[in-house]
Amino acid sequence: MNQVYDISHLLAGVMLVTSFALLYQQRIAAVLNAFAAQSIVLALAVAWAAWSESRPDLFITALIAFSLKGVVIPVALHRTVARLGIHREVEKVVGVGAALMVGLALTALAQALVVKIAQGPASQAREELALALAIILMGFLMMIVRRNAVTQIVGFMSMENGLILAATGARGMPLVVEISVAFSVLIALFVFAVFVFRIRERFDTIDIEALDRMRGDRR
Amino acid sequence: MIHAYQIVVAAPYVAALVLLAIPGYRIGAIANVAASGVTFAAGLWLVFGERSVGDYAIVDEFNIVFITINTLVGFTTALFSASYIGHEIETGRLTPASLRFYHAMFQAMMGSMNLALVANNIGLMWVGLELATLITVVMVGLYRTPQAIEAAWKYFILASVGISLAFFGTILIYLAGQPTLGEGVPAMTWSLLQAAAGRMDPAILDLAFIFLLIGYGTKVGLAPLHAWLPDAHAEGPTPISAVLSGLLLNVALYALLRFKMIVAGQPAALDPGPIMIVMGLVSLIFAAFMLYQRRDIKRLFAYSSIEHMGLMVFAFGMGGPLANFAGLLHMAMHSLTKSGIFFGVGHIAQAKGSQRIADIKGLSVTHPRLAVAFALAVFAISGLPPFGVFASEFLILTTTFAREPWLALLPAFGLLVGFGALLMRLQDTIFGEPVGPAHRVDASSVPMVLHLLLVLAAGIYLPPALVAWFRRAAELLG
Repeated sequence: MNQVYDISHLLAGVMLVTSFALLYQQRIAAVLNAFAAQSIVLALAVAWAAWSESRPDLFITALIAFSLKGVVIPVALHRTVARLGIHREVEKVVGVGAALMVGLALTALAQALVVKIAQGPASQAREELALALAIILMGFLMMIVRRNAVTQIVGFMSMENGLILAATGARGMPLVVEISVAFSVLIALFVFAVFVFRIRERFDTIDIEALDRMRGDRR
Repeated sequence: MIHAYQIVVAAPYVAALVLLAIPGYRIGAIANVAASGVTFAAGLWLVFGERSVGDYAIVDEFNIVFITINTLVGFTTALFSASYIGHEIETGRLTPASLRFYHAMFQAMMGSMNLALVANNIGLMWVGLELATLITVVMVGLYRTPQAIEAAWKYFILASVGISLAFFGTILIYLAGQPTLGEGVPAMTWSLLQAAAGRMDPAILDLAFIFLLIGYGTKVGLAPLHAWLPDAHAEGPTPISAVLSGLLLNVALYALLRFKMIVAGQPAALDPGPIMIVMGLVSLIFAAFMLYQRRDIKRLFAYSSIEHMGLMVFAFGMGGPLANFAGLLHMAMHSLTKSGIFFGVGHIAQAKGSQRIADIKGLSVTHPRLAVAFALAVFAISGLPPFGVFASEFLILTTTFAREPWLALLPAFGLLVGFGALLMRLQDTIFGEPVGPAHRVDASSVPMVLHLLLVLAAGIYLPPALVAWFRRAAELLG
């Protein structure tokens, strides 16, 4: 029994580490790779819960996490970045060091909030809940401190990874599969929006300007 | 046996599918009205039908109030939209294809809101509210101008943060209910959760309520989480602004109140009242001051919505049968008046070809009838007698005064500040030298007049049956 929890905590912990990794990347391509890694670890964590708690419906959630968020969306975003020719560097509102410090503080805050939950049946889910909350808050942080539309989407999806982790940790919570599908449809919708409508002026104001300046330097 | 609540949810979704298949926008608009009419009829049937509590759906006095307003305003907005939206094709802002999409999405949005309102399952409620929000995000970006896409993007980012936090709160409520109710569906069923609240772990409930308050509060438009609201109102099509202000904010408030009822069932948990009072007052007073600097007429009334939602949250935070009654009444009055005002704004935008307040002057000269109707609507929303908003605001202030005399000063101050701003802006638009073009207005004035008459009637005479119904709903709220 203990081993079951150890492994699920290990996987949740690895997800939290990738959350930190998301924050210190300098290039958008690297951000997308870190996000893909986080989604794949999430898929493993959910699959582990499905197997160890014998809840086969969770395998669907794991499969969605792996295929859609581990593969399809990162690839699609890689292509968007390449096709729109937007700036490849991450646009920062706050520097890496400060962002990481805030991330640490948020992780501590998540622990402090969840630890208050008394012992009992819910306490089994407690550690996982704390890790999930930390991942959610870090996603939130990323949406605030990174300006470009692509990195904001990644921040949101990372937040959503934390939510699915939390929902999986709550034993027997119904609708987890349905909700993960709903979420993924939502994300697909907005990746689609980036593709089709291109959110042009968003890129224009932030990125194209920077590109032009760089070209000017070369000439 | 089909229940009315099933029709209320299913009819809009079926209509959405049908509307996607209808190519002509004129037929689409008529079908949109017809479908909304069917939903409204089912909503009325619900009022007189039996109350029921099931595994997934609940029909009690409390949510029938919301469903009735939702289906009524949905119907009148569809009427308004049918006469209004053709103009958008003439001016080239929309294409027939995007209008087909618009009609289908309108129905899907109504269906999702009704789903959130009848759901007895907190997960289902969340799904309904989120679907409705996402559809409005797409609708706000419908014109595809840079401003519209910027507004839709901002709305999406803030709404999705709200979505996520509310979902985390929902998970926590499930965890709180799980030990007593067991794993699976029962621990997500609202009616069971409320009954078992006294045996839940107060620490989890505290944490859950904070997340739910921030999550759903973002959608209610409570300051400081309101930033999406003015942009979304200003850049989307006018019928959508009417539905956003009149309905979607209510549905978010409804979800929040359902969770307040759960948390209030556990005396050891935090008291939601004071937190809601503070957040409501901050929104009310902040929005009242923001009204003074608006240059865009839709933004002006978007801030007015924040102000009124703040007042409602304040009233529900006070709690008790009287304050809850006043809050529910105010919600009904605000929905009717504010959507009526947005219909009027749609007329004005057509007449002047602009929604900047500086471009709208001298309406009394160029469009006298529109000017009178719009002035009356603004009088109504700023809380002048004999309109219904006055009655509900008066009731909120007097009940507060009876219990906490000093506290009553704050909402009174906020309302007074807001009142001044609205009258000032009204003077700008109605009187003065006419500027700019003065086009003919095609949109039908029936929905706006109907809303005004309802609000006026409610201000003069509330039927005892209605009072009794709202009172029962208020008692459920505790």
